[in-house]
Amino acid sequence: MAGTGRSGLAGVRGRNTMSGEGSRIAPADEAGVSAAVVAAHAEGVPLAVEGRGTKAAMLRPVQAARTLSLRAVSGITFYKPEEMVISARAGTPLEEIEAALAERRQRIVAEPPDLGALLGATGGGKGSIGGVVACNLSGPRRVAGFATRDLVLGLRFVNGEGEVLRSGGRVHKNVTGLDLCKLLSGSHGTLAVITEVTLKVGPAPERTATLVLPVADEAAGVVALSAGLTSPFGVTGAAMLPEGVSANGVMGPVALLRLEDVEASVRYRMERLRAALPGGRVLEGDESRALWRAVRDAAPLAVAQGEAVWRLSVRPSRASAAVAALRSIGARVMLDWGGGLVWVAGAATSAVHEAVMETARRAGGTFTLFRAPDPMRVSVPVIPDEVPALAALSARVKAALDPGGRLNPGRMRAGG
Amino acid sequence: MIALPPPKPEVLARREEIVAGLRALVPGEGVIAETLRLRPYETDGLSAYRQPPLAVVLPTSTEQVAAVLRFLHENDVRVVPRGAGTSLSGGALPLADAVVVGLMRMNRILDVSFPDRLAVVEAGVTNLGITKAVEGEGFFYAPDPSSQLACMIGGNVMMNSGGAHCLKYGVTANNLLGVKFVTIEGEVIEVGGGHLDAAGYDWLGLITGSEGQLGLVTEVTVRILRAAEGQRAMLAAFRSTEVAGAAVDAIMASGVIPVALEFMDKPCIHACEAFAHAGYPLDAEAMLIIEVEGSGEEQDALLGRIREICERFDPISMRVAASAEESMAIWKGRKGAFGAVGRISPDYLCMDGTIPTSELPYVLRRIGEMSAACGLGVANVFHAGDGNLHPLIMFDANDPESFAKAEAFGADILKLCVEVGGCLTGEHGVGVEKRDLMGVQFTRPELQQQRRVKEAFDPEWLLNPAKVFPLEGALAPPAH
Repeated sequence: MAGTGRSGLAGVRGRNTMSGEGSRIAPADEAGVSAAVVAAHAEGVPLAVEGRGTKAAMLRPVQAARTLSLRAVSGITFYKPEEMVISARAGTPLEEIEAALAERRQRIVAEPPDLGALLGATGGGKGSIGGVVACNLSGPRRVAGFATRDLVLGLRFVNGEGEVLRSGGRVHKNVTGLDLCKLLSGSHGTLAVITEVTLKVGPAPERTATLVLPVADEAAGVVALSAGLTSPFGVTGAAMLPEGVSANGVMGPVALLRLEDVEASVRYRMERLRAALPGGRVLEGDESRALWRAVRDAAPLAVAQGEAVWRLSVRPSRASAAVAALRSIGARVMLDWGGGLVWVAGAATSAVHEAVMETARRAGGTFTLFRAPDPMRVSVPVIPDEVPALAALSARVKAALDPGGRLNPGRMRAGG
Repeated sequence: MIALPPPKPEVLARREEIVAGLRALVPGEGVIAETLRLRPYETDGLSAYRQPPLAVVLPTSTEQVAAVLRFLHENDVRVVPRGAGTSLSGGALPLADAVVVGLMRMNRILDVSFPDRLAVVEAGVTNLGITKAVEGEGFFYAPDPSSQLACMIGGNVMMNSGGAHCLKYGVTANNLLGVKFVTIEGEVIEVGGGHLDAAGYDWLGLITGSEGQLGLVTEVTVRILRAAEGQRAMLAAFRSTEVAGAAVDAIMASGVIPVALEFMDKPCIHACEAFAHAGYPLDAEAMLIIEVEGSGEEQDALLGRIREICERFDPISMRVAASAEESMAIWKGRKGAFGAVGRISPDYLCMDGTIPTSELPYVLRRIGEMSAACGLGVANVFHAGDGNLHPLIMFDANDPESFAKAEAFGADILKLCVEVGGCLTGEHGVGVEKRDLMGVQFTRPELQQQRRVKEAFDPEWLLNPAKVFPLEGALAPPAH
């Protein structure tokens, strides 16, 4: 869940207009969450909603006198490996879920990142499953298919009036009624408080291998990634480390293409991929896995204290032009999703922010300010503004779920 | 019978004026108001229900759709969106005082980009039309509803359509990048585009599967995927549904996820075999069709593993296709299942619940008992990997009693699906058909919450009324 964790701004300059000093409630169960929301609604008190507080540095700081933590609403409630379904209370640490899945050789297909280091969070681990869903965070495997929001089969949540409600369920195909699961995924706790998540999970692959292919520059890199992704070989990761950026001893500029599947398939497909894209070398097993963990967590960006971080989602074919534009203002970049995801680190100034916004627009995509000093977070749009007709719908949908406007006010937009 | 709301007399009285207004916005052949020419629009894939609309309008551009919706909104006229009219849940069933806005004339493919792995198409392009436009380069659009030859992408988005291959590739919602969306006020809003992730609320996710309750989709950006090197199917027949269900669980738990995993029960096997002569085993109680992808050697390896798993369940017979032609022969019966049942019964209702796959044997046994109790036959075909059940209830539409029994039987099956942890609809949508069952799956506050979200888009309840939500409270703002 998005929120205002006490520790969330460690390592980020400019602390703080945040509410860490205010009162803090950590109910033990869903009924307690409901009671806390009912009280806040009745008293007219805004609530900062958080899971384990690891993503507090994202987007805008919430102005709220009271923090509602889901930390104690924790634990796996249902797991059926043969049906590929797991349910857990929102505050359950991601590590706990991943460990339970690993025991049965399964995993969360969307590969949610661990952004603790990037966001300067300490003590929260990889965050909570509720937080991952509320932020709709997905890793490198997103390019091959599913985002976190695609894997949410069901949610239990408390709306802004304190009602305990459900959407979706525990089955894989369900089109019954409006899909509030998707609406709440990525809404950063501004519409409702997620209390339990049911996810579709998938088998862990028998084998993984990565083709590391030296490339001249971003343009050539994106072409190579595209060649991999448009091959019939089921590439599940397509990232690029530019010149001067390295991860686990792999030095840019390189394109990275990952295969994951049953033993024989990975062997065969890697051979074919190497024939189509000659000149690279192959990393296997643990080496491959460690490299993709680094890519997933944007670790190769090596962000310095005081720097701002943006994440751009763009049309892959426009990625290299976007990179050139970002370079010209002194920013550092890293590419994932075949060029469709551009991580950017740069000076935390409004001039750089303006340039990033313009670059995202020209690249036919969106941006999210992932990390910046507080004075910047409150003074710039941290996600793109909506056109007036959509902004009006946003306000009406917000009012439909949280009529008093109590939940995470100002988290995504000023005054919203 | 499902009740439809009374028409608004003031709208019926102004029919000519409304038709003239529409003709001013969509010139030429774009407005249909003659009784005989309205006939094709009086029903959809749920043909037991028929109601000619006030008029039909067939715009050719997003601008025309916007102008039409603005005009209808200003005149307090109800709107029923329509693609190809293949909905099996009555999603496109008209009302007497409603104007059907049909998108079939918007059928252009606007852009295809292989490097960006996307296609931008108008809402009236058929599902298969997208694949046809990109298959020359080895690409395809993944969701494949049985009606894919006819059904249109705009309708697929509205209903979040599935298909036999969504076990691997997901449903419509998982294969979209953006839509152009027109609100009831006539505002045109672009959501998403050529990029993967939205910042801000997931409008694309909310609109997908909204069954025309929130607005109309006129343009869609879909992901296109490079096809695997090949695919091949096998067939495995078992002596009981329990054993076949256990085999499904074992396959899913093995870590090898097939591209498709279909289940047919004995009545369905017999109906399909009589129709398609696919060589199905008539002595089996249940049969699985399993398809895998990859190169020839990969197919061999995967089918070998699945074969080994099936062997543990003492199959009556197994048949692994040796070629693409043999695969097609295996699929032939399954693909013709609905038509096959149509041959042995004057009419059938196709149900669409989803259940947890482990409940399959129990649910099939209960369906068998219900079938015996009400005296109507049922054939079951089932996307086994994801638990999406399609019981085909056989009845005679000329016999009102038979129809009433069939509807009650269908409702009982869907209630059973919810009872065992599933849902009312996996891919066909609620439409008018399952509207009154929504209270079985959702609590009153849950339905009220969905209604409030609907009202954020359509405060006057003009968009596709009498669908999705139980009629009480579905046509007027609920009391908060």
